[in-house]
Parts: sequence; C-alpha cells; structure tokens
Amino acid sequence: MSKHDVTMTINGRRHSGSVEARISLADFLRDEAGYTGVHLGCEHGVCGACTVIVDGNAVRSCLMLAVQAEGSGVKTAEGLAAPDGALHPVQQAMLDEHALQCGFCTPGVVMTLAALTGDEKKPTEEQLLAAMSGHLCRCTGYQGIRRAVRRLAGAEAGGNS
Amino acid sequence: MKPAPFDYIAPRTIAEACSTLAEAGGGATVLAGGQTLMPLLNLRMSQPFILVDINKIAELKGVSRVAGGIRIGPMTRQCEVLADEALARDLPVLVEAMSHVGHHQTRNRGTIGGSIALGEPAAEMPAAAVALGASIEVRSIRGTRTVPAEQFYAGPYLTVLEPDELVTGLTYPDWPQGHITVFREVAQRPGDFALLGLVGALVIDRGKITRAGLAWFGMGPTPIKARAAEQMLRGRTLAEIDSHAVAERAISDTAPFDDHHASAEYRRTVGKRIFARTLREALDIREVA
Repeated sequence: MSKHDVTMTINGRRHSGSVEARISLADFLRDEAGYTGVHLGCEHGVCGACTVIVDGNAVRSCLMLAVQAEGSGVKTAEGLAAPDGALHPVQQAMLDEHALQCGFCTPGVVMTLAALTGDEKKPTEEQLLAAMSGHLCRCTGYQGIRRAVRRLAGAEAGGNS
Repeated sequence: MKPAPFDYIAPRTIAEACSTLAEAGGGATVLAGGQTLMPLLNLRMSQPFILVDINKIAELKGVSRVAGGIRIGPMTRQCEVLADEALARDLPVLVEAMSHVGHHQTRNRGTIGGSIALGEPAAEMPAAAVALGASIEVRSIRGTRTVPAEQFYAGPYLTVLEPDELVTGLTYPDWPQGHITVFREVAQRPGDFALLGLVGALVIDRGKITRAGLAWFGMGPTPIKARAAEQMLRGRTLAEIDSHAVAERAISDTAPFDDHHASAEYRRTVGKRIFARTLREALDIREVA
C-alpha cells in the first residue's frame, strides 16, 4: 500500500497532503481539505452529487483519485460566491427559481452549470439540459432546476456571464 | 464503499507501462478515464494489487491522420472526440455515437480506449469500431500486434487482450466524403446503457450501395457485425432495397439475451423495427411500412 504526496489548488488556495492511492478526490476534498459542500451520494458515478470542477471541466469527484488531481486546480461549491458574499450567477438563478429542495444534489448541479456557463461560453438551453441528465434529484425537484437552466441560457444569450 | 488498498503507479511512457504490466503478472489493472473502473473499485468488485494509471502517457493521446485512415490515441477523452473537427468531418457517426456515451460529466474523464477495452456489450464505441472496420493496436513487452475490432471481443466484458497488454492505438479506415451515417439506439433514459442499438456507415456510388459497415450493440454477448444485412445491401440499387427483408436478415446474426430491462424477444422485435426504419431514413427511401 503506497502513500503519495499531493498538492492541488482548491478554490484558489494550495492544499497539500499525504494520501493513500485509494482515496478518492471526493474524500480528499471533504476529509482532508474540509470542503464538505462536496456531497457523496452513490459513490459510483450515477447520482452526480459529488461533481466538482477540475481544470475547468465538471467531473465526478468520486470517480477520480486524489493522487490524480496532483497539480490541478479544483473548484467546489464553496469557491463559487465572490469574497464579499455576492452569489455566482448560477447560485443566484437557483435561488431565484427555487431550484433546490433538500439541497443534497444541489452542489453537483451548481458545479456542472458553473463549468458550462463561465467566461465566454454561451451554451444553449438544450446543451445545459442535456448536461443535467447527469444529475439525480431524489426530491424530483427538476422543474425548478429547468427554470434555473432556462434563466441561465437566456442570460448567456444576452451576453451576461 | 471505498476501494480495497492497492499500489499506484503512473508511468509516463508506453514502454514503462508495459514493463509494469509484465512484472505484475496479471495482478495489475490499467486505469484510463476511470468512469467504469472507479465504480468497480469503490464497490470492491475489482481488487487489483497494482493500479497502472496511464493518464500521464502523452503518446496515448490525440487524433491524427495516417495513411488510409484516422488514428485515435486510446487516452483521448470522450469529450475531446466530441469536439474534434477532423472527426466531425471525416467520421461523423463516431462523434454521434460518442454523444450517447455516459453523461457530460463522465465524458470529461472517460476515454475512447477505455470504452473500447471494457467490452460492454451494450456500449456504442465497441460496436462503432466493429461497424466501421477499425483496428486495435495492442502492445506488451512481447511486441505489438494489431487486432481487427471484429476479432477483439470474446464475450461480455471479455476481449482478446492479455493481462500484460495495453491498447495503444485505434485506427479507423477512411470512409469517403458524403458517406451515409447510420445510428439509432433505444435507452430508457439519455445517458443510460442502451437496451440495444445500431451503428454504421453506407457508401452509395451511382445509385448503388458499394460499401456497408453495420453493427449491433446490446444484441448479444459482444458487438455484432450485421454481416448478412451488409451482404444483402452491397451492389443493390436503392429501388431494389426492401428494408423489412434486410432487417429480417440483420436480426439473424444477433443473439440477444433476457435481462431485467428487456427480454430477448423484445430486443429482436424492436431491433427489427429500428433497423428497417433507420435504413429507410438513412437512404431516404419510401416504401409501404
């Protein structure tokens, strides 16, 4: 059994640790780095709750080893809002459209939408909805999420980011 | 659940990976995108002694043109295949099939080689490789060999890959510009494993079908080349094609199974219908249904 030193940037801050190879990125983020906004639902890649952004892409953090994130930039739900507390456009859309119920699936949903709508990206509503197929909401609160998606796609089309 | 302990090695070259696999004597498992292996590790259905992570091997990545075809490195991510302009132009059916593999989030990590090497019978990539006539290059310290995709699959999740071998390249032969693409799958939800599906390409020259490559997925223990239907189509003019008769022949090559999602009979019935309809739509022919 091997231990490995890893260093990654999480929400703009450098984190180092020594982990067993079998530790998932999700467990590293939660247990070592304290980012408990990463929710673990199924631990086999089906539910999407653990989705985080690694080097700009939305990925399942339960399906990646912490050692594989060596040198990467990771973003979790904790890293979305501005330092002054102003919500990220995705968070604001979710709030405005009542797109969360129990909230368990929410961090994953938010991270996928944040990855797809940041910077200069102008996704269509269809593209965003297709990406939402990778998230399960056990409250079945999908209509609110759809409304948030529609709002984000509209905002993007208007040139807002 | 959490994975059982294992040793982790991340080689930077193919040669290094192959010697690690050889030394491990069958106790090692290759980690590509991990979108299937990681669940198996988490559920402890797979408990390797050594995990050989090939994500750092640069020579396994990328799409390039080679004589007579396109070569795709097995570590090319599924999202990269989807975004590749050369593939969209020259092998559009591969890109279309890829859009049905998993979800946006899993395609960001998952690789085309991982999907090929896993050998899931209902998966799109193995069937597309069989349909299009791809060949799979595998390497070990014993040497390099090239296996036609059609001979690569031996059963569900079972390939001819030896424990010390690594998939190092996928080569798809050229299909002429303007060829006709064929793709249809039936799944309970988008992104789920398909119950069954059909993928391939056809070439029409002066009103006749001159080349046909078609394969089924989810219709047997491996992807299945629709050989009888291909033969029936080759050399025919569009007016001579009876889509129902071809579909009947196409089903004769399959060996579907019962599982808790669908019965073999359901798969045969739906398979026949989607084959006939997809063929009519692809060739833009009308006949009495």
